[in-house]
Amino acid sequence: MLLAGTKKGLFIVNGRKVTAPHFLGDPVSAVLKNKNHVFAALNLGHFGVKLHRSSNGGKTWTEIAVPAFPPQPADAKGPPWKLVQIWTLAAGTAPGELWAGTIPGGLFRSTDNGDSWSLVESLWQRPERLEWMGGGYEHPGIHSICIHQKTITVGISSGGVWQSRDAGKSWNIAGRGMYAEYMPPEKRDDPNIQDPHCVVQCAAQPEVLWAQHHNGIFRSTDYSASWKEITNVKPSKFGFAVAVHPKDPDTAWFVPAIKDERRVPVDGRFVVSRTRDGGKTFQALGKGLPPRPAYDLVYRHGLAVDDSGKRLAMGSTTGGLWLSENGGATWKCLSAHLPPVHCVRFG
Amino acid sequence: MPRVVFTSNLQRHVACPEAAVRGTTVREALDNVFIKETKMRGYVLDEQGDLRRHVHVYVSGRRAALSDAVEASSEIFVLQALTGG
Repeated sequence: MLLAGTKKGLFIVNGRKVTAPHFLGDPVSAVLKNKNHVFAALNLGHFGVKLHRSSNGGKTWTEIAVPAFPPQPADAKGPPWKLVQIWTLAAGTAPGELWAGTIPGGLFRSTDNGDSWSLVESLWQRPERLEWMGGGYEHPGIHSICIHQKTITVGISSGGVWQSRDAGKSWNIAGRGMYAEYMPPEKRDDPNIQDPHCVVQCAAQPEVLWAQHHNGIFRSTDYSASWKEITNVKPSKFGFAVAVHPKDPDTAWFVPAIKDERRVPVDGRFVVSRTRDGGKTFQALGKGLPPRPAYDLVYRHGLAVDDSGKRLAMGSTTGGLWLSENGGATWKCLSAHLPPVHCVRFG
Repeated sequence: MPRVVFTSNLQRHVACPEAAVRGTTVREALDNVFIKETKMRGYVLDEQGDLRRHVHVYVSGRRAALSDAVEASSEIFVLQALTGG
């Protein structure tokens, strides 16, 4: 099963068939399949953020609880304690355990498949949170949640990479080595203001993480304690999405674009770039993708790899949805006319 | 008792029948609606108890705040602002 959350609903792909939309007309900001449950986070705009769960592959849906911030103290600084968007959902290690990253930058945990949620206060109450900035949206948000046993690593735009090694009880900043060249010189290397667009972790070798950062591609081989920039990336080091092979920490995929002031494919050439040697070299893969000129942009959750590492899915802001069965070497268009795609995920 | 009417756009997501409820302010009247229609609260108010940013309330034809007084003859309309694309 492939889930594609779009600006106008959720599309489920079985095989290569795109089924009729669920929640037609409603923006879907995050999707997840965990065991027998499918989750879809909606951002209704007028009527707030909603979360729906299906236990039969999308035949029927039940509205369940949404993460909610506790009452805001009168003297609280920073963004309002009001849920704006569920930006990502992740499966935990225990049965029924889920994590949600939100805008503003809250991390929430559920132990009952989403029937109830609690804010991870240990991160929310860190004073450094008030230094976080918006990145893509008005307020900062958590868009990446990587879980390995008791180690939880989250990516924040723009608040860097934070990590807990005790299942969320305590947190430390973990983005040393990233830099933000658009910041004043004295803040350039501050880990707490970095804008990692997306952070992913290799399932088989969890000490290896990749980040598509606002300023380039970074890789860590020490559980995010330190990061090194990958240089000489062609055709561009800018982008939003990254996926790492679940079994091979040296293989990762990106969707390059002209950097921040334009955010479209370089020279109108829409490709996926892949490295298979830890970032020493990259191949631009475009077979089956639209010919030049194509101005598709892929958001940070718009690229996904399955558990085998062979199947990839990608959805663009122009409404294209593609599938690759051979590690990105060739792509098959599933639809060229979906609403703008926010997120894709295998289940 | 004040009468509360919800936009039909909300009906797509949650049942929100027209209701006659007690209340001397907009908030009291809405709270009394939500006692029966619990799911509706999260569609109209956020977790801090404020009216959602893109939800508007009119009382007898005038834009109103949650704290505004209502009378037994008041009609409270809850509708969505016209935003988005």
